[in-house]
Amino acid sequence: MSENKTEVIVVGAGPAGIACAVKIARSGHKVILIERGKFSGSKNIFGGAIYAQPTREIFPDFEKTAPLERKNVEHKYAILGEYDGTVVSYTNKHELPVSYTVLRGKFDRWMAEEAKKEGVILVEETVVRELIVKDEAVVGVKTELEDYYADIVVLADGVNSLLAKQIGLREDLETKDVAVSVKEVFKLPKEKINDRFHLNDDEGCIYEIFGGSMLGMLGLGFIYTNKESVSIGLGVTLDEFEKHKTKPYELLDKLKQHPVIAPLIKDGELLEYSAHLIPEGGYKKIPTIVGAGVMVVGDAAMLVNNFHWEGTNLAMISGKLAGETAVVALAKGDFSENSLDRYRIELEKSFVIKDLKTYRNLMDEIHLRKESFLKYYLERINMFFEMFISVNGVPKRKLFWDFIKNFIKNRSIKELFKDFFSVVKLLWSILIK
Amino acid sequence: MSLEDKLSKIKYEPDTVSHLRPDQEKCKTCKKKICTYVCPANVYEWIEDEDKLLVKFENCLECGACRIACEKKCIEWEYPKGTKGVTFKNG
Ligand code: SF4
Ligand code: SF4
Repeated sequence: MSENKTEVIVVGAGPAGIACAVKIARSGHKVILIERGKFSGSKNIFGGAIYAQPTREIFPDFEKTAPLERKNVEHKYAILGEYDGTVVSYTNKHELPVSYTVLRGKFDRWMAEEAKKEGVILVEETVVRELIVKDEAVVGVKTELEDYYADIVVLADGVNSLLAKQIGLREDLETKDVAVSVKEVFKLPKEKINDRFHLNDDEGCIYEIFGGSMLGMLGLGFIYTNKESVSIGLGVTLDEFEKHKTKPYELLDKLKQHPVIAPLIKDGELLEYSAHLIPEGGYKKIPTIVGAGVMVVGDAAMLVNNFHWEGTNLAMISGKLAGETAVVALAKGDFSENSLDRYRIELEKSFVIKDLKTYRNLMDEIHLRKESFLKYYLERINMFFEMFISVNGVPKRKLFWDFIKNFIKNRSIKELFKDFFSVVKLLWSILIK
Repeated sequence: MSLEDKLSKIKYEPDTVSHLRPDQEKCKTCKKKICTYVCPANVYEWIEDEDKLLVKFENCLECGACRIACEKKCIEWEYPKGTKGVTFKNG
């Protein structure tokens, strides 16, 4: 047993697991990071961007050597109807970018290499099948080949976290608590990308897409520009597919044909198609994140702020806090639930839980009102502009009144009031308490 | 571009045994067959003539959607072995 015993085992070499392992190794403790893929990042998918500030908290100089694609200077919000669209754009070419696009196959791999340089022992191509529990405390992991023992096991095994489920820290997820995301990456020459998206050099652009093929569904689309490729995808809540009799890739195909979107990826060569689940449950679905000998971080703890498209940053910070707690616990030699609970307390003090709490009602509310917020109003925004630009011999006053009448006629006063109260309720819970 | 063409761009190392094992008896009485809608790789196909759910596990993208969506919670679902399954380069 002594050979196979270490101080900390971290399961999953994504942003959360790596951040955690690095923190522990830097304090001079032994940590083994176990990854099921061929290399770190090989099973990981996201839209496209990592955030600079939280990444710096783990790797202060990452901007010098990490494989970054582009620094994002432009954020576009595309509100799509069936055949038309309204795009709002915010540009800021700050010196210090807020986010960079990356490809996880390269970026996560780079992070894992950095972690190795700092003393983390990385074991790849190894699936942890089960946790070893003794006297109600987690004491190790069973892989396909061997059993490994540790004082602390950190679960960074992603959105599906079968391990957290095994020891009862989390319930089975419901279909409304996760979205399936599909993504395609298209190869395009750099100059073409820069022309199409109005970018210079290594500047990048992010599209958030509402409506289009997802009108009336709880789902959003995205586009990210990489150095020489463009990523496009969407995430739609699991319960929509059977209801709308459609499949994830069909929705993406339809979105790609939308007149606002199609020119952006035209003539691109498909490099890769991929899919992943996104935790959508928010604050109310955070599982128990601490037990005797065990902590849960990142997607495994459902830490995603979907309203702001934040996930990897919450993963890194939760990993970092769990890592710090592991160091404190190792110094004390106390791996009880009580001792590791420091992680939960620190996480609650941080922006991670505060933000998720702020938006705790958002998903439920949008779920209830998606016909309004993700269809009716999106369509009306486009109809407004269609009316506003029309030149058809009809006097403007009549056009305006027709639009207003139509707005009210197609949505009962009762529904409009419900929408209004829903917005008030949301604003209250976001801004006040 | 068909889904088959899209899947052909992905690097797979398929195993010989399936890591996705639905309880075929339960599938027979399943009305909605949600697994045939949610899967981004169209792994599940209901074969009416054979009264059987076909599982093209070698196309699986390991997302986990079917496991959660199956109303009968009857899919025995595990990750493929460490050396098997999908490898994404541009995720
Ligand atoms: S949803 Fe579940 S029970 Fe129904 S066919 Fe699919 S696997 Fe079988
Ligand atoms: S895990 Fe995802 S890709 Fe694999 S069969 Fe299930 S739904 Fe399809």
